[in-house]
Formats: sequence, C-alpha cells, structure tokens
Amino acid sequence: MRYIPVTDRDRQEMLKRCKADSVEHLFSCIPEQVRLKRPLNLPPAKSEMELIKYMQSLAAQNSNTGNYACFLGAGAYDHYIPSVISHLISRQEFLTAYTPYQPEISQGTLTAIFEYQTMICELTGMDVANASMYDGASALAEACAISSGAFRKRSDIIIVEDMHPEYRETVETYLKFRDIKYTSMTVKQLLEADLTNVAGVCVQYPSFYGDIYDMQVIGDYVKQNGSLFIVCANPVALALLKSPKDFGADFVVGEGQPLGMPMGFGGPYLGFFACVKEHMRKMPGRIVGKTTDVDGKTAYVLTLQAREQHIRREKATSNICSNQALCALTATIYLSVTGKKGFKQVAQRCVDNAHYVYEGLLKTGKFEKTSDMPFFHEFTVKPKVNIAALNRYLYGHGFIGGLETDRGWLIAVTEKRTKEEMDEFIRRAGEFNG
Amino acid sequence: MAELIFNLSKEGKCAFSLPESQVPSYEIDKKYTREDDVSLPEVSEVDVIRHFTNISRNNYGVDQGFYPLGSCTMKYNPKVNEDVAGLQGFTSLHPYQPEYQVQGALKAAYELGGYLCEITGMKGATLQPAAGAHGEMTGIMIIKAYHQNRNDNKRTKMIVPDSAHGTNPASAATAGYEIVQVKSDDLGLVDIDALAALMDDETAGLMLTNPNTLGLFESNITKIAKIVHDKGGLLYYDGANLNAIMGIARPFDMGFDVVHFNLHKTMSTPHGGGGPGSGPVCVREDLVRFLPKPVVCKDGERYYLDHDRKDAIGRVKAFYGNYLVYIKALAYILTMGPDGLKKASETAVLNANYIMAGIKDSFVIPYDRFCMHEFVLSGSRQKEQYGISTLDMAKRLLDYGYHPPTIYFPLIVHEGMMIEPTETESKETLDKFIEALNKIAKEAKTNPELLHDAPHNTYVRRLDEVTAARNPVLKWEKEQDE
Ligand SMILES: Cc1ncc(COP(=O)(O)O)c(C=O)c1O
Repeated sequence: MRYIPVTDRDRQEMLKRCKADSVEHLFSCIPEQVRLKRPLNLPPAKSEMELIKYMQSLAAQNSNTGNYACFLGAGAYDHYIPSVISHLISRQEFLTAYTPYQPEISQGTLTAIFEYQTMICELTGMDVANASMYDGASALAEACAISSGAFRKRSDIIIVEDMHPEYRETVETYLKFRDIKYTSMTVKQLLEADLTNVAGVCVQYPSFYGDIYDMQVIGDYVKQNGSLFIVCANPVALALLKSPKDFGADFVVGEGQPLGMPMGFGGPYLGFFACVKEHMRKMPGRIVGKTTDVDGKTAYVLTLQAREQHIRREKATSNICSNQALCALTATIYLSVTGKKGFKQVAQRCVDNAHYVYEGLLKTGKFEKTSDMPFFHEFTVKPKVNIAALNRYLYGHGFIGGLETDRGWLIAVTEKRTKEEMDEFIRRAGEFNG
Repeated sequence: MAELIFNLSKEGKCAFSLPESQVPSYEIDKKYTREDDVSLPEVSEVDVIRHFTNISRNNYGVDQGFYPLGSCTMKYNPKVNEDVAGLQGFTSLHPYQPEYQVQGALKAAYELGGYLCEITGMKGATLQPAAGAHGEMTGIMIIKAYHQNRNDNKRTKMIVPDSAHGTNPASAATAGYEIVQVKSDDLGLVDIDALAALMDDETAGLMLTNPNTLGLFESNITKIAKIVHDKGGLLYYDGANLNAIMGIARPFDMGFDVVHFNLHKTMSTPHGGGGPGSGPVCVREDLVRFLPKPVVCKDGERYYLDHDRKDAIGRVKAFYGNYLVYIKALAYILTMGPDGLKKASETAVLNANYIMAGIKDSFVIPYDRFCMHEFVLSGSRQKEQYGISTLDMAKRLLDYGYHPPTIYFPLIVHEGMMIEPTETESKETLDKFIEALNKIAKEAKTNPELLHDAPHNTYVRRLDEVTAARNPVLKWEKEQDE
C-alpha cells in the first residue's frame, strides 16, 4: 500500500496503546449483520506503471481537440490556455489545501479569491461577487431561487427561450422542488407579458444560439415592471459587449470555463455569481472580505458567514459548502495573464474568426441563414444535409463539427482556430452532399 | 502587506500574445458594444508567476504537513492521479462530442459508477453532482421524486440529527422539505425513541452519516432503518465519513437507500482550497430511474449516454459532473484495489484511536470508547479552569506547524475539537501531534496568555472578523488603496 505508511510493527504498538487486542476489536461497534463478509468486488490493486498504462489506454480511445480542430461550443469552448496556469494551479499550497477556514495559514487562497471577486465585478459591472459556484447552470439556478424569494408579493420566474437547454433543465429542477413557478417564453412574448407576479427574468447573453439581443430594451421592460433582471453571460463576450450593469442587470452569472479551464469532458468548470449590493446578504456560497489582523496588517477572510449552512442550517441562503476554488484561481490567473489588452484581443479574435467562418459557410451555398441578429463567436446555420452525417464526414477530415440543434448547426469559433483550419473546414463542409 | 495583482499593474505591460490574424477584422454594431475596456491588470508574465507563487506560500496544504481537519478526510493526494487526469485524451474533450469519439471517457465514467456502487452496495450511480452538498440535494430530490411517484404527497418533513453537518438540513431545504431535528442520546447516537416518536407518514426520511459526526458508529442502524422504512420513509447516507468503513460495511446492507460520496475526501482527490470536489450519488435498484439525466450506460461493447429517462429528477448542473476530478478518484480506486481500500479504513480508524489514547489524560473525551476514523474531544476543562477556549488551542496548533482540527462542530459537543488523522499519516507524525496537543494542554494552565494571543508565528495573526462582516469590503478599489 503505497499511501499507507503505518508498518505492521507500528500497528502492534499502536493497538497496545489503544488497549485493543486487534484492529478487528476497534470495529466491534459494527454489528455482525451489516458486515461485509467478502472482499469488495473490485479489480486488484495496480502498480503505478500499470495504472498509467491503463489510464492511457482509456484516454487513447478518445479523439481529443489536440488532434481535431474544434468548432463545437454550446457552453464549453476551446480557448487557448496559457502555459503559466497549469504551473501555478498545481502548486501544492493551492492544490492540497482545504477551504480557508483558518485564515492565518490560508492567505494564499483568500487573497486569490479576493482578486477573483474584484475581476468578476469588473467584468460584469456588479457591486459584489461570491467566491464561485459549481458551474454556470447551477449559478443561474441559485440566482433564480434568490430572486424568487426577494419579494413578498411575487415569486415566479421567467426563463427566456434560447437559454442553453441544460441550464434551463437545471433551473427547472432547482425551482420545481421548491415549488417555485416558472415559465419559458420568447423575448417578443416577454416584452408583452404581464409581470405582476414575476420576481425574476433570466436571459442568456449571448443566447444559446449566439444571438445578441438588445438587452437595453429587455432590461427596461423588466425594471419598469418591478422584476429582477438575471443575466447569464459568456465572460469572454463581456470583454466587448455592453456591460450588464448598463442595461440594469441585478444578477450576472455564467460559466467561467472559457477563462483558462480545459473542456475536460464537461468539468470541473466555474460558476461565477455577481449582483448589485442590495442582494449581498442573500448571496449563496463563500465570500471573501478584507480586514486586518491584531497587528493592523491587511488580510483576507471568509465573511458574511451568517448566510451559510454551517451557521444557519436549513435557513441558509444556499446549501453550497465546497465550491470550485481552484477554478476561480485559474480564472484569476487567466485574467491576469491576458490582462486588459490581451483579454479584449481574445474576444475580438473570436469575433473575427467566427464571422469569417459564417461568411465562408454561407458562400458555399449549402447553408441557410437562420438569424439576422448580431453574434459574438457562435452562430447557427441550416445545412441542407443531415447534421450528424455532416459531422461524421468532417470528423473523417480532422474536425469536430458543430452541435445539432432545433435551429440548425451551432458553430463556435475561438481565437485558437487558424485560417488554414477555417478554410479547410468551410471547404469540407461545403463539399459534403449527404 | 502583500500586494494585490492590481497594485502591480502598469500601462503597457502584457503577459500574453496571439498569432497575427489572417482574417479580416469584424466590428460588431456599436449599439451592442462597450466603450471602455474591462479594467483588468496590465502585468508581465514574471509578475504573474511571482505574485501567485508568493501568495501561495501563505497557504498550508497536505503536502506540507499534518492536516487533521475532522470530517474533511485530508489524506494525501497521490501525484500520479494528477498526471493521469491531465492526459490530453481526457482534458481536451468537448462534452458534446458524439459518443463514437469518446468511448474511453464514457468507459471510465461507467467503470467508476460501478465501483462506487460496489463500495456502497447500491445499484445505480450518477456522477453529476459537483460536491457533497450538491450530492445531498440530488439525493433528497430523488427521495422526493420517489414519494411523489407513488402519489404519496403528504410527506413534507425530513429528519436530521442534531449532530448533522449544516449542509444536511440546508440541502433538504433546497429540495423543499421542512426540517425536523432528532436528538442524540447519552452515547452520542441517534435517540431511537425520539426518532420513533418523530417518524410518521408525513416524514419523507432521515439523513444520517455513519459513522456519525462524533466518529461513532450508529450500532442501532438496522433498528433505525426499520423505524424509517416501516413508516414509509427512506434513509439517506451522507458519505462524508465513508473513509471508516470501506470494505468493512456497506450503506445498503445497513438499510440505506441513497448515498452520496465526497470523492474529494474518501477517494483522495485534492480539495483545491475549497473545490472542485465531486459528489456522486448511488441508489438502490428501484430508485435508479429517478437519477438525474443523462446516465452512462453500456450496450454490448458500446458506451452511451442515456438521456431518455422520463422519471429522472431533471439535472443539477450542465454536462456530466466534475469529470477530471472523478478521473482521479477512479485512478485512486484502481491503485488501492479491494484490499487497499479496506486497509485504508482500518488504518484510518487505528490512527484516530491512537491519537485519542494519547491525549486522553489532557482533555475531556465526551464519548469515551473506541472511535472510528475520527473523534471529538471537548476543551471544556481548559475553558472552565483556565478560560482557554478550543479556538485558542486551535490557533496555538498553528504555531506548532499544524493545520488545526475542525472546531465547534458537531454543535452538540461543548468546546468541541474534531480530529481526523486519516490513514496516510505515519506513527511518527501522530506521536509528534499528540505531544503538541499535550503540551498545549499544559500551556493552558501555565501560560494562558500565550494561547489567548496565538498564533504568534504565522504570516498574519488573528483577524478582525467582526469588522469584516459589519463593513464588508469584498473587492479591491483603486481609491480605497491610496
Ligand atoms: C459530514 C459532512 N457532510 C457534508 C459535507 C459537505 O460536503 P461538500 O463540502 O463537498 O459540499 C461535509 C463537508 O464538509 C461534511 O463534513
């Protein structure tokens, strides 16, 4: 047992000190009838060499984006990850620490989270941000739940269609178990809807299909009707697009994966959560604040804990305990490395590339437009051929194609794509006739 | 004072470059764009490396030393697991790649789900929940779905023990339940009579961790299960304490119906300063249909994601959970094997008992009998005789170079300190820790001021948490800094 340093001789001495006859004796409190009377039916222990070989064999059975140019997005994006990130986040001081309950020896994590909260506030224009949530979908669900409880006379939630389907399902799951009413509608329907009983309206920015709505119009209508405005934003898009603060958002949440996290078959990712000051004491999860120690030295500490489960138990604003701290650190490093200029460049390059591919695909004559709305780095087009077959064909030529959706083929293009890849992708997509 | 990254910013510095663009630039209509740039720092790559390296040094991790944080199972996090989870064949996979492109990834998830079922005795698993509390919420939703599916809609309450972790009542509340608390008896176990009196046909079930948060095995577990089941309720297992019983006893055999894992505890994945964790849920056979969508399945030699599940509770996050985290747990289980996991539990229990025996003369042990993988001592003697709180003693442990144990939890122990050594610690480490605790008990008597003012040797000393909460400063602002 490589990870168990207690020797047989140690064991004997230790048992004696415990006044136990055997290890078995220590377990005498477990009744016979619930004991497992056979070994667990698991594969026999592997040596390190065998383990690596096995895991490599599993990894090799996947086609990864190192070998295939990825045009798939829909909530997980193939951005470039600067080399410094893996070096810093694998430092044991960050990696092997627990939640910073003991601030005197946790200033590394606490400082980084304070910086993270600052950056998320900058990105979203909000007053306050928490230390992270599980992912974008659950962050959105929590924002909906809090909005629903913010009023005495209204509690319904509206989810604007064109929300990522898995986000919508997550929100619906969180809400239905709390008996919170929700409905789904288009933007057009929303702008005529009676919002008297509506506590919160959530809109994805840009939408699942890539459309950038005129958020000012939506924001104005929601605010005039006294509801809370929840914006689920792509953080890279926020480098270029109007700040949610400017169109009246009360909550801005979203998926932080594009900020330096690998796609990793879906996780771990980073839910970011920010809001205006009024809701600060209702925020879910950990929050880091600035303070001083007894010598007057500046330091950071988990704060506003009176909201949390370990103090308030069932009355807590959320049940979240462990969050995604290392992913928040990743985002902080990513935003430091790219910085004010580089982050904007990434966003602009996404826009350039996505529009290049969009125009290119339309020019082949094999795809129809599906929208006249502006878009960021993601869009849909309607192919004349079967999408699964098209993707299979492209796969044969080294591409991971877009997602099949009810509005067509959803394509995302990041700053990572080269002109050669894009040209070849367009050509191959255009030549496929089913 | 340590600088923040923002203080290092200087116009013109940059740590990032993109290749030259070879496509035309496209300008999004100004109506939709922001005028200013997001105010992020402008720093060099060396600035970034030094800054984060330097702040990291004000942290304390398992690789540095002993971390007996009760309830958190801070065992060693094997390095090879990081390597295998970092293979490009896992990290660079898009979650929506078609199944034929990701058979290895699905196989890994499928196998892990099966192993977790074997360890708990359950029949089906979901790897979707991102942490323990998320697993609890998922599990309680499954329990609710089960009752609703039987048109049993009057069950509005969930019972949790007074010794339960805060996430238990909080998670049950997020699933829409009223919380009823059952008290513990003099032995530190669920009070069976009290439970029998509370359990009725309006109660959906009971949440329990076994061994419980006092580190004691609920030896009446089959009676407890019968009381709950007889009244139509289900029994939920909080897997935070599974490290005591792997290969020794299984939740299903004890009568549990639903269980969550904390892979970031029991299965050695690093905690990352507060996550990402992973909180898979396993259930008994007739509850499998309620698991969140999708579920990884196997058909002959082909692995696939089954989305077509009409009774599923829905989903609790996007995609399939913290994949790269649970890959590490898979690597751990494969490394340990059945005998290794059992040995881990046996050693974890031995180590805890050894510390308890070593500090018995210095502290009150409220439940003085063999413990499982952790135990709770009470600092009540030090408090009453010398005015020294458990907080003071925990802070003094920092001076001795340890991460302190969990304190003031569970709530039912006066001045409680919960010590969980785990199996990855040697006898030598335990001996030194025992010595430190005994010394602190002496210091409480001979030099109480030393403890009141502890820690003395850390990078910062005790913090003003009251002001932090009263006047919250939650982000850096230029003005405030000048
Ligand atoms: C007994 C118990 N239950 C549940 C949890 C919650 O787990 P997580 O932090 O992964 O959400 C913890 C973690 O501290 C715990 O100790």
